[in-house]
Amino acid sequence: MDLIIEGIKKAFFLIFTLDREVLGITLLSLKVSGLATLISLFIGISVGTAVALSRFPGRQLVVSLINTGMGLPPVVVGLFVTIFLWRNGPLGFLEILYTPTAMILAQTVIAAPIVTGITLAAIQHLPANLRLQILALGATRVQMVWLLVKEARLPLLAAVMAGFGGVISEVGASIMVGGNIKGYSRVLTTATVMETSRGNFDIAIALGIILMILTFLVNAILTQIQQRERPR
Amino acid sequence: MNPESHPQIILQAEDLHVRRGGVPVLAIPALSVVQGQILVLIGPNGAGKSTLLLALAGLLKPSRGNIIFRGKEIDAGGSGYRRRIAMAFQEPLLFDATVFDNVAAGLKIRGMGRAEIGRTVSAYLERFGIGHLAQRSARKLSGGEAQRTSLARAFVTKPEIIFLDEPFSSLDAPTREELIGDLERILRETHTTAIVATHDQAEALRLADRVAVMNEGKIAQIGPVAEVMNRPADGFVASFVGVETVLPGRVIRTSDGVFIAAVEGGEIEAVGRVRPGAAVLCCIRPEHVTISTNSPLSGSSVRNVFPGAIRKITPLGLFHRVRLDCGFDLVAYVTRQSLENLALHEGKNVTASFKATAVHVIPRGTLQV
Repeated sequence: MDLIIEGIKKAFFLIFTLDREVLGITLLSLKVSGLATLISLFIGISVGTAVALSRFPGRQLVVSLINTGMGLPPVVVGLFVTIFLWRNGPLGFLEILYTPTAMILAQTVIAAPIVTGITLAAIQHLPANLRLQILALGATRVQMVWLLVKEARLPLLAAVMAGFGGVISEVGASIMVGGNIKGYSRVLTTATVMETSRGNFDIAIALGIILMILTFLVNAILTQIQQRERPR
Repeated sequence: MNPESHPQIILQAEDLHVRRGGVPVLAIPALSVVQGQILVLIGPNGAGKSTLLLALAGLLKPSRGNIIFRGKEIDAGGSGYRRRIAMAFQEPLLFDATVFDNVAAGLKIRGMGRAEIGRTVSAYLERFGIGHLAQRSARKLSGGEAQRTSLARAFVTKPEIIFLDEPFSSLDAPTREELIGDLERILRETHTTAIVATHDQAEALRLADRVAVMNEGKIAQIGPVAEVMNRPADGFVASFVGVETVLPGRVIRTSDGVFIAAVEGGEIEAVGRVRPGAAVLCCIRPEHVTISTNSPLSGSSVRNVFPGAIRKITPLGLFHRVRLDCGFDLVAYVTRQSLENLALHEGKNVTASFKATAVHVIPRGTLQV
């Protein structure tokens, strides 16, 4: 019991004194996962909308693949991104293995299918005739797609939450492609794993609390927007 | 300008075919829509009404055929033609935004300035009686209010043709009545050409200048309302339009809830509160018309008594459909027994009668039949 209480005390001390190492780890976590989520939004909303609005042979298979992709195990993503970025791998020339860039790449691979899948479902969930109604209002194709995405904005916010929530708490891929290098590619999850294995529970608890506060804050903000948007 | 004397064709379809999954769902050899008129497509579900509307609106690419708008073939890919028309569906299909923003959508799409949008939208909100709802969320509207918003959104862009696909079907009866009246008034005020799909005969009678009866992807008959109702081209049209006698007329005298309407070739007494001079459609169901071979009796409770000649007798299972010429066309049903007892045959002179209460009166804003 003492272990936990001491751990929590130390954790709050580290947080409120803005411990430089903890702060650096936190900021890098936000940067890597934030960028990965942002890139995933661009990819996911485009691909999801395109698949939702088009009919082509093999579409069913593509939809199944996207849905499967929503549950990709991060360690498997980590494994394949590592292989691709390995010195003599297909993308080895980029020389980004064990860098934050590689972590952003891996996290994008995890988050993009989640955003794509939710976008696809959200757009398909709109009334079938809405697309025709928008065209009948004189919209160009681009305006039509924009209005549909705007109409699906609430589920798309859920996509942002799910994507960000998925990558900020992910550890397998980050540790494999980032290497958990101190002061360079160490993020909240990889640091928590390491400190726990070393028996430094106080720091591990501090990192865990920060991680939870972060995810809570981000989701609280998005929920706030979502609830304000919802018709009263 | 009288549109009847110089009918100007605004929209034409030629050899229009639509297939879905290899199955033909629409086959229209030719169709013309006259500027300023209301064409009502009537037919059962699956007759191809919606498909025809979508194809004519440039929202569905036909597998074959041309659609010609003001003399030029439409470009289905671009937004040029679509910006000159508008369409409203059975579902209101409103955006998750305020009523104002919904009605403004078409204008925003066209890049209209803020101030002008404000003025134009306000005017149309008033016109459709939803001015007080401007800032309300579209998700909080009743069915009637939502459909009014949808119609205002369609009209606000001042379309040259408006396409309406079963716009009243999901509304309850009183709401529907009120909205049809308003729509009719606005269509006449703005002289907008309209193509309306419905499966409801009453709506068709109320709105149509011309009616096209559709069945199995084809137009079974097209023409002025009275013509289609009185002279159905085939059994399907007859059964679908209910074989009513429909007589366009004008009220010439009223007294005490009873009025006399002048129709082509005669005067009809009917029950209803209308003002003198009003245009009406007098509908008489064939089962309410009695045929006798006696000469007209005076003093009977039946006031509408007309001598006439039998033009055509069509067997319809249990009944025979008898078309009479009484100066106007009148359709009656008689049983086989009566047919034999009265020795009815084509060309025979008889007396037809129906009660004033048997006349179903439909008021019409303006009459162009």
